[in-house]
Amino acid sequence: MIDPVLPGADSARTPPPAPVRLSYRDAVREALRAALRADPRVFLMGEDVGRYGGSYAVSKGLLEEFGPERIRDTPLSESAFVGAGIGAALGGLRPIVEIMTVNFSLLALDQIMNNAASYCHMSGGQLAVGLVIRLATGAGRQLAAQHSHSLEGWYAHIPGLRIVVPATIDDARFMLAAALACPDPVLLFEHAALYNAEGDLTPGLAAVDIDHAAVRRPGHDATVITYGGSLPKCLAAAASLAAGGIEVEVLDLRTLRPLDDAAIVASVRRTRRAVIVDEGWRSGSLAAEVTTRIVEQAFYDLEAPVERVCTAEVPIPYAKHLEDAALPSPERIVDAVRRVVGGDGSG
Amino acid sequence: MRTVIEFRVEYLQRLDPDGNAVGELPAFARDPDEVLRMYRAMTLARAFDAKAVNLQRTGQLGTYASCLGHEATHIGIGAAMRAEDVFAPVYREVGTQLWRGVTMREILLYWGGDERGNDFSGPRADFPWCVPIATQTLHAAGAAMAFKIRREPRCAVATIGDGGTSEGAFYEALNVAGARALPVVFAVVNNGWAISVPVAAQTAARTLAQKAIAAGIPGLQVDGNDVFAVREAMSAALERARGGGGPTLVEALTYRLSDHTTADDASRYRSAREVDDARALEPLLRTRRFLEKAGRWNADRERELLAECARTIDAAVADHLAAPRPSTDAMFDHLFANLPERIREQRIAARRHAGTDGH
Ligand SMILES: Cc1ncc(C[n+]2csc(CCOP(=O)(O)OP(=O)(O)O)c2C)c(N)n1
Ligand SMILES: [Mg+2]
Repeated sequence: MIDPVLPGADSARTPPPAPVRLSYRDAVREALRAALRADPRVFLMGEDVGRYGGSYAVSKGLLEEFGPERIRDTPLSESAFVGAGIGAALGGLRPIVEIMTVNFSLLALDQIMNNAASYCHMSGGQLAVGLVIRLATGAGRQLAAQHSHSLEGWYAHIPGLRIVVPATIDDARFMLAAALACPDPVLLFEHAALYNAEGDLTPGLAAVDIDHAAVRRPGHDATVITYGGSLPKCLAAAASLAAGGIEVEVLDLRTLRPLDDAAIVASVRRTRRAVIVDEGWRSGSLAAEVTTRIVEQAFYDLEAPVERVCTAEVPIPYAKHLEDAALPSPERIVDAVRRVVGGDGSG
Repeated sequence: MRTVIEFRVEYLQRLDPDGNAVGELPAFARDPDEVLRMYRAMTLARAFDAKAVNLQRTGQLGTYASCLGHEATHIGIGAAMRAEDVFAPVYREVGTQLWRGVTMREILLYWGGDERGNDFSGPRADFPWCVPIATQTLHAAGAAMAFKIRREPRCAVATIGDGGTSEGAFYEALNVAGARALPVVFAVVNNGWAISVPVAAQTAARTLAQKAIAAGIPGLQVDGNDVFAVREAMSAALERARGGGGPTLVEALTYRLSDHTTADDASRYRSAREVDDARALEPLLRTRRFLEKAGRWNADRERELLAECARTIDAAVADHLAAPRPSTDAMFDHLFANLPERIREQRIAARRHAGTDGH
């Protein structure tokens, strides 16, 4: 297993540090390990996080390193461990709650929405719920309708929650610390299709924020706005468009609530065209919210109507070829960009 | 202080691991043909299950949850039910489903990624597999409510795992069923593990049967590797429910001899020793011994039965593998009675993108 050198660990002896290559899964695990080491109040709880190694094997090895007090298997009861996470946060700890997949967060929705999101406000600021909930999200693994939701945009509808969506190795490694440092309840969504993605940690990087969107590829012909598991698809689409002479800017939202309006508007003002790529269902989606903000704040800068590439509005199909056809794909993104730039290939 | 009320949890076993009868056998167990019928069904379920695991290993089936070791519980439940009753399964109850007339082709179709497999040609009113743990227990209670309101002599049966009994929905289902004396039986299939979490870490309750007590309904334990005990307890519970006596919780003690699913490796979290000990208690062996002692079974008949199972299964697999793939239009089927215009556009777009993702 990869054991990345923590930034700055031996910078005095070996400048500049060699880039560390690791998977998204390993990056999240490193983030957990670092958080557990840095603060004795931090603990991880959820279904099968211990010997099993957690959802998508993210917490593998942590039980052995930190013991059962801090890596806590829970009974099979989402409402119980999310509610207990709220109580533990109010009781002076810094819980990280893992919900196996976002689908099962629905059994804890009352705790998340009625309680975690509103306690602080309803108690006149007395009860800040410093809770981080990690959830695997998204489709693409042939797990059918009850197991493939992408509900980040849905949760972003709720005032009082912060919704963060690491899409890169750097963010997978460092967003958790920023989430733990934040006094608000934070939902951190890890797209299941990203866990095996590999990349280099930026040398010397020691922290990231959870406030700003990031340009992942600069361009001037159109802005492709996305987040989470759709980022690699957008980058693939951008590369293939570049081969045809179209240079798109790819903006990774990173945080879905609060949205970084300034970054969205600045990019769209530059490119004058926007395509939003969102694995959520189209109607009432996060993509709809981003579209509205563009219309509200950059309407007169637009050269073409905003396009959205979302998941077909159906329960996610079980069969592979149907699931592929339902989800945003690089091909669909390319088509949408071509439409907004007024190029040839709308067919 | 005085005692207001006292409770007891009883345990039923009718067939010990050596194949000897325990106590007085119920009528069905004294009928050798009926015992043979159950033994054949258990053997078929096991052979089918092994085939399904193989198909997954060779890339011909999606992730699959094996029922290895659960055959007595599954067949005992099936044999106690009437055709007109409704079954609400979790995801492991292949044996019960086969007994009730779900076809192998349908089961393979579903686990292969085609939900048309849930459109059972046999038990039309049975519910599909249920992924969100414990939610099916409430559906069963609701179906029972419908039967009661319609004055139909039918019952609902929900299965649920040991882990599932920690979910709120399970307690809520027990409570509503008890409060309204609904004709439903909750069969808790306690196989020792919920993925990597053993029962002892799941709850401080000494038995899962005692969870019935707080709901005010009867609960008992049975040897889940003993098809006689499971069927006897389920039959009694169903009879009582049908007669207006309300729900029962039957906890069947068995063991998950397989990994959780084909995506799991249980050796990460449980010892080979524990699995070996459990294997000695598995359900087919003792039923076979019982039949042998009764002079109704021998090695030749066993060989014939296995060959017959293999033929049946191979035919179903061939049939399944020859089934045409659904078109992209299928994902828009059965969503609305009339598809809204915007979604109709998405159906057309999906046709264009079918299979264009490099697969
Ligand atoms: C609400 C919900 N939470 C989590 C899961 C993930 N999950 C699938 S099976 C399982 C364990 C179930 O154990 P048990 O109820 O004992 O049934 P068994 O698998 O042993 O038959 C878990 C946690 C789920 N499917 N639904
Ligand atoms: Mg279990």
